[in-house]
Amino acid sequence: MIEALGPQVNGDAALVRRGRYLTTTFLLEVGSTAWLIAIFEGKVVSVTRGPFVMPSSCFALRAPEEEWAKFWSPRPPPGSNDLMALIKRRVLKAEGDLQVFMANLRYFKEALAKLRSAGAAP
Amino acid sequence: MTSIFEPIIGRYMHLDLFGRKHRIYVEEAGEGTPLLCLHTAGADGRQYRALLNEARITRRHRVIAFDMPWHGKSSPPAGWHEEEYQLTSAQYTTMILEIVAAMELDRPILIGCSIGGRIALHLALEHPEAFRAIIGLQAGAHVDPYYDLNFLHRPDVHGGEVSAAIVSGLVGPDAPDHARWETLWHYMQGGPGVFKGDLYFYKLDGDIRDRVARIDTKRCPLFLLSGEYDYSCTPEETLAVASSVPGSEATIMKGLGHFPMSENPDEFLKYLLPVLEKIGRATAASAA
Repeated sequence: MIEALGPQVNGDAALVRRGRYLTTTFLLEVGSTAWLIAIFEGKVVSVTRGPFVMPSSCFALRAPEEEWAKFWSPRPPPGSNDLMALIKRRVLKAEGDLQVFMANLRYFKEALAKLRSAGAAP
Repeated sequence: MTSIFEPIIGRYMHLDLFGRKHRIYVEEAGEGTPLLCLHTAGADGRQYRALLNEARITRRHRVIAFDMPWHGKSSPPAGWHEEEYQLTSAQYTTMILEIVAAMELDRPILIGCSIGGRIALHLALEHPEAFRAIIGLQAGAHVDPYYDLNFLHRPDVHGGEVSAAIVSGLVGPDAPDHARWETLWHYMQGGPGVFKGDLYFYKLDGDIRDRVARIDTKRCPLFLLSGEYDYSCTPEETLAVASSVPGSEATIMKGLGHFPMSENPDEFLKYLLPVLEKIGRATAASAA
């Protein structure tokens, strides 16, 4: 599940090092389920499941549950293998202050792909 | 200690383009039918290293890969520091034809990937007599922008890091790690705004949807090879070109992505070698 993001990311020293200048909170929506994910200097410090009344986040990534399930499958099919592939197909909405997302794009791609090995398909 | 040199020779060609002096870096290997290679947006001729080193190709082909101006070892022309780089269809076409003329290449085979595949379609339409055959890799008639291109060139986002991160998912899942990351390194090394400037051609100026059906493959054979995992130029977009151009031949390459020649050369050669053999047979038959 999404909670695995913390140990999966924090256990990867190279990924944490690449994120050392990244401190932010973003919203991840898997269908109707929302998660607030807080990152401090590259480490995931909290993963909180919604629903929320007034969630504050820098940016949000929103996609239907079945799209995330394909993205998190062990060998995602063409069109589902990357966040940018989902955005190209207009199934992943990236909204908010995307400078943080784009400046750390490799970090976010690799962090979210960590949930593949965790078998986290929702 | 032993060292070996690859059979690739690199040289700088001085050439006037668009009324300005340019110094173009050109690598080549092999002898025979010229095979002119066009790299993708934001990268350089190193993408064709495997072809330049492949004896099954170089024994019958003179393989040539140049770095476009602003890319790789081809520095931008004097005055660049006050300009915004933007590649247009007209500039790209002129550049290729001028290089063919300057090197006195006799109707080369043209192979181009991504933006190179797009301009290959333009050349197949407008200058079929200049080429023996054209091979478009990841070639589609148009790609709609799917992210804000301004993120590629602004001071609060590292241009090299974001360019590589944008394209990283375009590499197919079976690419060997060293080839995947070298392909991405080329993107990380691009100059500020160069990838973005190339995409001006790819996503705006180079749209050829309304004309692509007029390509006449009797005048110049057209082969299209596209990787299954490319979401920039999708297999569907390549097949759409193929279905609108009678006589063209399209193949979707399993497991490959947007950079077949550099991300996974061994797999790519399984698709490319038969195409080169077919072109060779046709050339021999027409000479007989």
